[in-house]
Amino acid sequence: MSDTETDFEEQPPEALPLDAWHREHGARMVPFAGYEMPIQYTGEHGGIVAEHNWTRQSASLFDVSHMGQLSVSGEGAANQLEKLLPSGIANLAEGKMRYSLLLTEAGGIIDDLIVTNTGAHLALVVNGACKWDDIAHLREHLDDDITLTHFDDFALLALQGPKAVDVLEGIVPGVSELSFMTAGLFKFGEQHIWVSRAGYTGEDGFEISVHSNYVRALADALVADERVHPAGLGARDSLRLEAGLPLYGHDLSENTDPVSAGLGFALSKARREAGGYFGHAACLVRLEDGGCAQHRVGLTLEGRQPGREGAQIFSGDALVGIVTSGGFSPTLGHPIAMGFVETEFTAEGTKLDIEVRGKRLPATVTALPFVPHRYHRKGA
Amino acid sequence: MARYFTEEHEWIEVDGDTAIIGITDYAQEQLGDVVFVEVPQTGTEFTKGAEAAVVESVKAASDVYAPIAGTVIEGNAALEGEPELVNTAPEAEGWFFKLTMSDKDDLEGLMDAKAYKAFCDSL
Repeated sequence: MSDTETDFEEQPPEALPLDAWHREHGARMVPFAGYEMPIQYTGEHGGIVAEHNWTRQSASLFDVSHMGQLSVSGEGAANQLEKLLPSGIANLAEGKMRYSLLLTEAGGIIDDLIVTNTGAHLALVVNGACKWDDIAHLREHLDDDITLTHFDDFALLALQGPKAVDVLEGIVPGVSELSFMTAGLFKFGEQHIWVSRAGYTGEDGFEISVHSNYVRALADALVADERVHPAGLGARDSLRLEAGLPLYGHDLSENTDPVSAGLGFALSKARREAGGYFGHAACLVRLEDGGCAQHRVGLTLEGRQPGREGAQIFSGDALVGIVTSGGFSPTLGHPIAMGFVETEFTAEGTKLDIEVRGKRLPATVTALPFVPHRYHRKGA
Repeated sequence: MARYFTEEHEWIEVDGDTAIIGITDYAQEQLGDVVFVEVPQTGTEFTKGAEAAVVESVKAASDVYAPIAGTVIEGNAALEGEPELVNTAPEAEGWFFKLTMSDKDDLEGLMDAKAYKAFCDSL
């Protein structure tokens, strides 16, 4: 046997602050984004499907400390960031979070990220594999009197699932008052932690930024609750795929633009009109009728064989697209995929074929998300 | 009957000219949750090392190679409906295919259970 999918890493991977903790909990570690990361755990509750299902029914602890935790501060920091992002940043209220994109002048996606107005500064959480390039891009284009800080001594934990709120409220009182995409400063014992009600699984949950000296104590406190088990990258990937959430480096790249990728919501209306950011002109062209040659779609496959990243999508004999993420959906019990397909084949219900090992697997264009989101929205 | 093992984590149960082939418990543990298996059709002829079957876990797709040359007598039809047998009974009901061996010399150099265990422990 041999894996046909292999990750190549140029540098030896680094250890995360919780490296030893993961190994003690039976993690199988793999190199990812420059770090040794748990892909799944062994034991009674381990395995990608078990971890996935536990997240949907209870709560799972994910270590996402590979992600870049940055901040931008100084006079006019919000306006400066607005040169690089298509979203409203100056109008982002304290404690509010917003999904946005770093764009090239041609409208290509450099990275996707979350911006939070913490009051003290604008916090950015960026993808682990992109963080060094993001830092270089930000530093190059922000004025010299804007301070860019990389909080590389902080870990980031994600507690995701319907029971996450009850678990975390018991350990960090007050967090249940947060609604989806809001955040605040809380205390874990004597330590200040920054808690966001957000995540990338489609479930309610939290992301917790904690100094690496205290992350073990927090992780221990969370898994001491029988409602919480650790979960790895494998489950995180199958969860976000079911939730229809794109993953940078797979569904998004500098060759994709926000409109084709279905991320037009990140282009705020006021800023579309006002302009003044990288990629603005290119995005306006994409927003016109017929401006996108292709769009990101969901695909439901018949049978049980997954169509994975790189598989070609056909309509009859015509090549009309490519799979950018694909796998087996534990929740739905059949394979699902996301991919970019020529615009005329993107209507829901369109019958297409995905070629896997010389075979054509029938697939149907399906609305995203595959599994409904269950975020805790304000007033809900 | 004798059971042999390969460094590619396959097992081969030999009885006369017939061999049953599957993947080991170590292999299924590495793969994780198996969701799909494609076994070869009866009558397919394999040279040693040919691509013989596909096993897909939630995580990734992997090839299973014919560890010995031969002609397929039967693929395990049960895996179509219950691919999880590869996880729950990899070295029994989760077998992949049966061959009529074309060259018994192919068995030379393969490991027995004890040597295979030592091999896995060394990984």
